[in-house]
Amino acid sequence: MRALLVARKDLAVELRTKESLNAAGAFAVVILLLFSFAFDPGPEMIHEIGGGLLWLVFVFAGALVFNRGFARELPNDCLDTLLVSPLSAADLILGKAISNFLLLVVVELISLFVFGIFYSVRWAVRPWELALLFLLATWGISILGSVFGALTVNLRLRELMVPVIIYPLLIPLLIATIELTNLLLTNQPLTASDFLWVKIIVVFDLVFTALAVLLADTILVG
Amino acid sequence: MTRAIELAGVWKFFGDYAALRDLTLNVEEGSCCALLGRNGAGKTTLLRILAGLSSFEKGKAQIFGDSPRKGWPGYLGHGIGVYEDLSARENLRFFARLSEVAEPNQAVEKWLERVDLKSAADMLVRQFSRGMRQRLALARTFLHTPKVLLLDEPFTSLDDRAITMLSELLVESRNRGATIVLSTHQLREALAIASHVALVENGRLRHTGERTSEMLDDPGLLYRLYS
Repeated sequence: MRALLVARKDLAVELRTKESLNAAGAFAVVILLLFSFAFDPGPEMIHEIGGGLLWLVFVFAGALVFNRGFARELPNDCLDTLLVSPLSAADLILGKAISNFLLLVVVELISLFVFGIFYSVRWAVRPWELALLFLLATWGISILGSVFGALTVNLRLRELMVPVIIYPLLIPLLIATIELTNLLLTNQPLTASDFLWVKIIVVFDLVFTALAVLLADTILVG
Repeated sequence: MTRAIELAGVWKFFGDYAALRDLTLNVEEGSCCALLGRNGAGKTTLLRILAGLSSFEKGKAQIFGDSPRKGWPGYLGHGIGVYEDLSARENLRFFARLSEVAEPNQAVEKWLERVDLKSAADMLVRQFSRGMRQRLALARTFLHTPKVLLLDEPFTSLDDRAITMLSELLVESRNRGATIVLSTHQLREALAIASHVALVENGRLRHTGERTSEMLDDPGLLYRLYS
């Protein structure tokens, strides 16, 4: 699958340069530390805002990752070379989404450890459910970020445009993810009504992945 | 002869400015068309449309009767199209796998040898000299033995060694039946290889036809006659 080739190439470049990981990882850790020192939140406050804090940090850090994804193709006109090759535009966007997804997962893992230490939270009480939630939500953020990373790649203000466009679109995903994260961090049982949040996340992932594949040519070539 | 490239009545606008105006050009399979014209004439726009990199407002563009996006030509634009943070070998392997070259590793080693980059194969491209980058770009362009080659001013900024290398590659490609369209200001090198010429001016095709021996003797003839 050519999308995997693109993802592997991007990860190889990232491992060598660490441009996105250093920027996004440092940003996430600094925000978590600053918040901890600024508000010194107690256990009750953490239970209320923990999920929100984490996911806002992830999406802000994600914007740094998404901006680099397609910008990496600009020097030497590599994007043109990819578009002329047998690689389909859909494979290119999916490949970028896969590499962005993996990089964001790394940033999330780093952030979770910092969160656990500085906020005295045992976040791994339900590790498998939390992992599944994180993977589903991170894919949704990554595919949306990659689509708009592609759309804005030739804009001068792309660093600003990606967050401005994706944050409003992420609202339904974020609401659902934050609700579920709070429940899992506080080890509360999931009721039948909570599965509505799961459905929202799954539908979000499916809709935006399908749109990315279907509109890839229009997004990248016009 | 089969028609390899067909542009029919193509209009391309950038805002209100018409970069291509009702441009029609056919290139037969196996021929080499030198696309001539002054800066801003529309040569790059034409090549980008043929490569499927640019949309157009009106007309038809096809490679072997199909959409340019499915033509998968060997394309060398103004950029060298390789990654600075990968080595020469990694770059070529990536593009070889992307283009589904049979036995990609062997093909990559063959091309590294061919463009004399074997000893620098594991160096990052960002450490390369300009000449090395250009030779790597040539290897990347010809790696998958494309049936169609679209080259935008390929001789520009090349050193003598790379000019010779490119000329040899173009002759070989033409001999194996590849169709070549190359835009250039280096008339002597291009006309020596070309079987046909097309002169573009202000987005219009002013002349198209076979390259004659008079053009070889006097490379500026075409400009004096038609522009």
